[in-house]
Amino acid sequence: MKLAVITFPGSNCDRDMAVALERASGVAPVRVWHGDSELPANLDFIALPGGFSYGDYLRSGAMAANSPIMRAVIAEAKRGVPVLGVCNGFQILTESGLLPGALMRNARQTFICRTVPLEVVETGSLFTAGYTAGQTIHIPVAHHDGNYFADEQTLDRLEGDGRVAFRYLANANGSQRNIAGILNASGNVLGMMPHPERAVDPAHGGTDGLALFKAALERLATA
Amino acid sequence: MKVRIHVSLKPGVLDPQGRAVHHALEGLGFDGVEDVRIGRLVELEVADGTSDEALERMCETLLANTVIENYRIEKAD
Repeated sequence: MKLAVITFPGSNCDRDMAVALERASGVAPVRVWHGDSELPANLDFIALPGGFSYGDYLRSGAMAANSPIMRAVIAEAKRGVPVLGVCNGFQILTESGLLPGALMRNARQTFICRTVPLEVVETGSLFTAGYTAGQTIHIPVAHHDGNYFADEQTLDRLEGDGRVAFRYLANANGSQRNIAGILNASGNVLGMMPHPERAVDPAHGGTDGLALFKAALERLATA
Repeated sequence: MKVRIHVSLKPGVLDPQGRAVHHALEGLGFDGVEDVRIGRLVELEVADGTSDEALERMCETLLANTVIENYRIEKAD
């Protein structure tokens, strides 16, 4: 199995992401730099970590979405390779058009950094198969721009097609319909603001994030 | 050629920054402010003869996020 974590200038959760992926799979991910124009061949999983790529210049994720490596990530995602974007990674996925909508400044203007309860909405995807529908999990959030926005038609489509993966049980950032994480139409791309990689060790204060990595990587290992 | 790109939030998209500034103006005693929306101004210095189409592509690909923002291109003489 071959996994990759992409690091942009300003990424700061890339190491945590690599540790979580290795813990769940036993395989150390390849670390890829934003200026690379090619990904390693035959990747099974790509992670876009959290942080503040390019200092959040222009809009969070906008610069990274147009960096050389993202052209390769977009091509792989369209081929069906699983792509997980967390926090800034989610912002990069919406800015690059792999996921619909946009992540705006939190409704109350404040940076939110705490562990929040989430509802697991869809369990049919590669990433969420390790949870039960309606399960409450506790995952840390740490963001300033996590206020999910999409037009009503898009929101209806996301809900109707079973593409809302996670919802906030208490909406602190203003996200439409309490959306915390969404899937693309074919289910191989997940973007979420909460950080599952920060909940994979009892020392983190919780391990609810581990099931996400385990489910995705176990299914890949047996595929 | 100098070009100004005015990027603004689409009508109907909540602007928390604008709302906070609105409250601040009221707090300072300025009456009669009905709404505040915050946008972004991008000034470009481009080669003469840069096509409108190229400018629009710059806006669509990077300078504005058309999910939430509108843009207006103003060519300064």
